[in-house]
Amino acid sequence: MTRMPRWADVALIPLLNLVIAFAISALVILAIGENPWEALKIMVSGALGSSYGWGFTLYYATSFVFTGLAVAIASHAGLFNIGGEGQATLGGLGVALICLSLPWPHWSLALLAASLGAAAFGAAWAAIPAWLQAKRGSHIVITTIMFNFIGASLLNYMLVNVMRPVGSMDPASARFPEGATLPTLNDMAAGLGFVWGKNTPANVSFFIALLCCLGVWALIWKTRLGYQIRAFGKSEPAAVYAGISPVRITMYAMLISGGLAGLMAINNVMGEAERLVLNAVEGAGFIGIAVALMGRNHPFGVLLAALLFGFLYQGGGELALWTTIPRELITVIQALVILFTGALDNMVRAPVERLFARRGIR
Amino acid sequence: MDLSTLLQILDSTVRLGTPLLLACLAGLFSERAGIFDIGLEGKMLMAAFFSGAVAAITGSVLLGLTAGVLSSLVLSAIHGAASITFRGNQLISGVAINFLASGLTVLIGQKWFQLGGRTPPLTGDGRFSPITLPFAETLREVPVIGPIYYELISGHSILVYVAFAAVPLSWWLLYRTRFGLRLRAVGENPAAVDTAGISVVRLRYAAVMICGLLTGLAGAYLATALSAGFVKEMTAGRGYIALAALIFAKWRPVPALGATMLFGLLEAIANRYQNIDLGGVVLPVQFMQALPYILTVVILAGFIGKATPPRAGGEAYVKER
Repeated sequence: MTRMPRWADVALIPLLNLVIAFAISALVILAIGENPWEALKIMVSGALGSSYGWGFTLYYATSFVFTGLAVAIASHAGLFNIGGEGQATLGGLGVALICLSLPWPHWSLALLAASLGAAAFGAAWAAIPAWLQAKRGSHIVITTIMFNFIGASLLNYMLVNVMRPVGSMDPASARFPEGATLPTLNDMAAGLGFVWGKNTPANVSFFIALLCCLGVWALIWKTRLGYQIRAFGKSEPAAVYAGISPVRITMYAMLISGGLAGLMAINNVMGEAERLVLNAVEGAGFIGIAVALMGRNHPFGVLLAALLFGFLYQGGGELALWTTIPRELITVIQALVILFTGALDNMVRAPVERLFARRGIR
Repeated sequence: MDLSTLLQILDSTVRLGTPLLLACLAGLFSERAGIFDIGLEGKMLMAAFFSGAVAAITGSVLLGLTAGVLSSLVLSAIHGAASITFRGNQLISGVAINFLASGLTVLIGQKWFQLGGRTPPLTGDGRFSPITLPFAETLREVPVIGPIYYELISGHSILVYVAFAAVPLSWWLLYRTRFGLRLRAVGENPAAVDTAGISVVRLRYAAVMICGLLTGLAGAYLATALSAGFVKEMTAGRGYIALAALIFAKWRPVPALGATMLFGLLEAIANRYQNIDLGGVVLPVQFMQALPYILTVVILAGFIGKATPPRAGGEAYVKER
């Protein structure tokens, strides 16, 4: 089947896709009357040129690692989880309920409990579509989309009618107690005696995200469950013949996926906002789709792609600040990345395959 | 509740249901031909922007409508290229189109008008104005029938009547013409259509383009008839509700009318009443907003009848394996 060497499949094709996506983005910038090269320079210096920029880049990247891993693990089981947005929303609810429930004595205890809460709420929100897919054959793409909207309404209801402090007009929860404040990377650097990323939101959940990458890698390639998930994703009839239960794998894959998406909340809700607000996820669930596509569903690829999107987010913010280019440019770039690395993959792949076949390069 | 309140609610049901109906029929053509389309939202948004923008610049709503439909057709062509020619994942292509529209509309809007993604308000010929049907004024005084005719049936913009006419037309096209039979066949069993010597690719492109035309009308209706101008993210999930309605209607045109009007009614009620008191049990407004999605999940779960999508939906057709 593969007529290409592995390096071309893993690195060359995604790189070509990315180049095309960025070339078209550059044309878009030209079309709205700005200089793409200048724009790139502003983005690089704004996102990577200082520890301040890095502090935001890593903060965004942390969220995208969680949602990217969520999409990736579902993809390995052949399921398209488009519901990361809703699962992360519910994860936020879990974090808020736990942070507000006790006067936490130390952040580490609060983080442990909040992580469990976030993952449990995210997993629960993925569980219903997963069960409906496994037992009733309801298309998981449609049900997870529906659950995004239901989740948004549920959060709206909880914030307006239940969690809003008495006397407050703002649809948001109360501020989390002192003990639930996560140390930022800035605090940790200060503990080691140097200044890094002052006033930036990157926090300890970045390391949790790295651990999750490692955990997902081990799960997918080093455990029996991971093998079953991959086998099921490649061919359902073959997996069933080998005695793998479709219901069990669909449920496990989606519960892990939803849990990872929910975990994102420790970064944005607990680490940054320190209270629950409306639309806290801000599309990070959908960016997970682009991140997983670009990262070829491999945790290391997901990490790299999340860093790239973190850079785009922070760089895009800087662009909006210093030029007339609105922040929505990032949405366009994101769309082009999804289009070219995902849907139009064959447009690049077919000619490259032919080239390798003709040259006989091995 | 008196007759006039009821008529007002039904009137806004028709107004709010129309874009859903157009988008739902759009999705119906595409999905019946085997091309999943979760990019309805993006195409509507793009069409809403271009119709609003061009109508604002030229002052002509017809030019606006044309521009809106063209922009939607361009996105349809991209979706067609990705999912038919290059056999890519149709769902991913749809996601990309939604983001493309959401970003580009603001980017271009800001460049053209510097209003933060909004277009200037439309006035006069820049909008579709309500049409008063014949005898509406004279019949108004007749009890019951008069107000129904005057308030509910008369006084909508032309696109509303187009949308309602599109229902029997779609039914006729799908079930009573050769094209329709082939289109439905290509969504169930493309290999059989191919064996009969009919081009699968051409049929699917035709379906995707009809979808683009109808989403274009839906988007133009939002910006030039329902409101007066384009506002950032003005589709507000309507493309997804239309998708939900399509499942609710089990991919059939006449039930699509019922489903979209039901969802329109829910929106109209949620807009009019904040919380609904059902004798002790209070339904919060958020519940009303979530109801279309909840109903769709229940339908999908197969507890109320079975919703079976076209069999070859979502799969690219490969001529020879």
